[in-house]
Amino acid sequence: MDLIQWAISPVGSRVPIHIAWFLGWVCVAAAALFMVGHAIYVGVLAKPRKFAANDSPEVLASISERVPRHSLVSRAFHWLMATSMFVLLITAFLPKVGVRMNWVTCHWIAGLVLSALVLFHIVHASFFLDFMSIWPDMTDVRDMVRRLRLALGWNSPLPNRFAKYPPENKLYHFLILCSGLAVIVTGLCMMKHVNTFGVLVRNPYIFGDMTWGLIYVLHGLAGVGLIALIMVHAYFGVRHEKLPITKSMVFGYMDREFFLEEHDPLRCRSVKNGTDQF
Amino acid sequence: MAVIRDVMPAFDLLQPTSAADAHKLLQQHGEQAWIMAGGLDSLDWLKDRIKKPKVLIDLSGVDELKGIRTSGDGIEIGAMTTLTEIANSPVINTRYSVLSEAVSVVASPQIRNQGTLGGNVSQDTRCWYYRGGWPCYRAGGNTCYADTPVGRNREHAIFGANRCVAVHPSDSVPALIALGAKFVLLTPKGQKVVDAEDYFVGPEIDITNMTVLQPGELLTAIRIPSTWAGARFYFEKIRDRNVWDFPLMNVASAMFVSGGVIDRIRLAVSAVAPRPMRLKHVERAVTGKPAEASTGEMAGRMAVEGAIPLQFNAYKIPLMRNLVKRAIAGVQESSWT
Repeated sequence: MDLIQWAISPVGSRVPIHIAWFLGWVCVAAAALFMVGHAIYVGVLAKPRKFAANDSPEVLASISERVPRHSLVSRAFHWLMATSMFVLLITAFLPKVGVRMNWVTCHWIAGLVLSALVLFHIVHASFFLDFMSIWPDMTDVRDMVRRLRLALGWNSPLPNRFAKYPPENKLYHFLILCSGLAVIVTGLCMMKHVNTFGVLVRNPYIFGDMTWGLIYVLHGLAGVGLIALIMVHAYFGVRHEKLPITKSMVFGYMDREFFLEEHDPLRCRSVKNGTDQF
Repeated sequence: MAVIRDVMPAFDLLQPTSAADAHKLLQQHGEQAWIMAGGLDSLDWLKDRIKKPKVLIDLSGVDELKGIRTSGDGIEIGAMTTLTEIANSPVINTRYSVLSEAVSVVASPQIRNQGTLGGNVSQDTRCWYYRGGWPCYRAGGNTCYADTPVGRNREHAIFGANRCVAVHPSDSVPALIALGAKFVLLTPKGQKVVDAEDYFVGPEIDITNMTVLQPGELLTAIRIPSTWAGARFYFEKIRDRNVWDFPLMNVASAMFVSGGVIDRIRLAVSAVAPRPMRLKHVERAVTGKPAEASTGEMAGRMAVEGAIPLQFNAYKIPLMRNLVKRAIAGVQESSWT
């Protein structure tokens, strides 16, 4: 059972050409298993979450009933990216399961949209948002160890509440970042192979057969990985305990009660800075 | 790459004697099965050891797929009817002469004796990169070797290229499209009838197949309605040699002319795109106009709008323009431009 499809190039070399497409089903199955396992764990085994919380009256007084979380620009980016990602996945994988559709043009156009959005996001997050808020810090690492110990029934101090994003969210962002950048970079290269109506001039000779093969394989691996990641993302988005987070991506704010229950105002830079958006 | 000719890979040869049995075998073996009609395309693939099916289903013993039958509304041609039989058929010569003319110029007499209509319309492309076993897009790879600055693409597409630039090589298809033929398929869900132009699929939708036939499906017959019987027909095939050659381009038209004005017309061109093209926009434009050179010239110009030549096939644009012109105005009325 080969994970990669191989072919003999015109010069007689054995080169990779694609991933084996059953890996798409493997990712679907892995994501489904994860969701079932997580649902069972949360419903049956998990203990109630506890955090160390001791907010000063000044801090509590500074938190409004509706805590702004995502600006309109950030929300627009998120949903546009989600739309382009869905178009990409649909146009990439429905033909693989036998649905006949004119997918190539839709696919590369959605890919260009995604690339532009990601470029925008990098600039926006770097200069207009708290760039570091999505990256794990030492407190996250320490708290994850504490949460793990508590989940296993071992003694441990209580973990702190989350900063703007829980560490799981940060890890997810990192995985999406890696797979997203992989599909974008390889996808942009692959546009040199297809007719893009003048956007790029076709030139399959910019790389050799082996390099092209690796580009296609990486694109495929990252693509099937995205199936699993997006399935899991949608699953968490509709779980009842995560709905406040999902709602905040729609309406832009979070209820004060939920915010103070899960998030540490002092770990949110904007709160510390005296602004009301974190 | 090394190509070992004349030694076919091992496969199970199944020879059903009825369409039902053939269909059952196709469903049973799915993607492992290869359908062989006259064998002219199949044996190339097998002897070159590029296609290696596990099961070969030879339809030559299925008599019910052979012959030309008249029906209430036209005729039905069994998919296994030979091209020679079609070319010599009195009813086709009388009422649908564009088809007999088209099949009469397929390859050579020997090939027409063996080749079938079903095989002719279902044959694979002749792109030599693909036929040579190169791992191109159509073969499941990730490159089109023909569509490159140095690729040999003189015979390839000027329309509809989408990763793959190979063209459909059939001579009979434009005539069938012009006649409004319908293809009868036996599918796992029962009989399905598709218009001739819809039988073919381009690479933007399915890059590894040229037709809508799926594993487990069988083309059983081609029905030609009487709608265009006795129309004014035109067929022309351009090829490098006068015998035994695939088309560089071919054109077929069927039209009814009344008082010198085109009442109705169907027009199809092949070998210019990955699937045979019915030129509906041209048909609409010329309907109601006189069947003469000026209309033909306009039609020719319209027909080539949007054509994108490759490195070595720009000649196809004036060729198509003139063929379409001749298909409408006739050779006598037209002159080369």
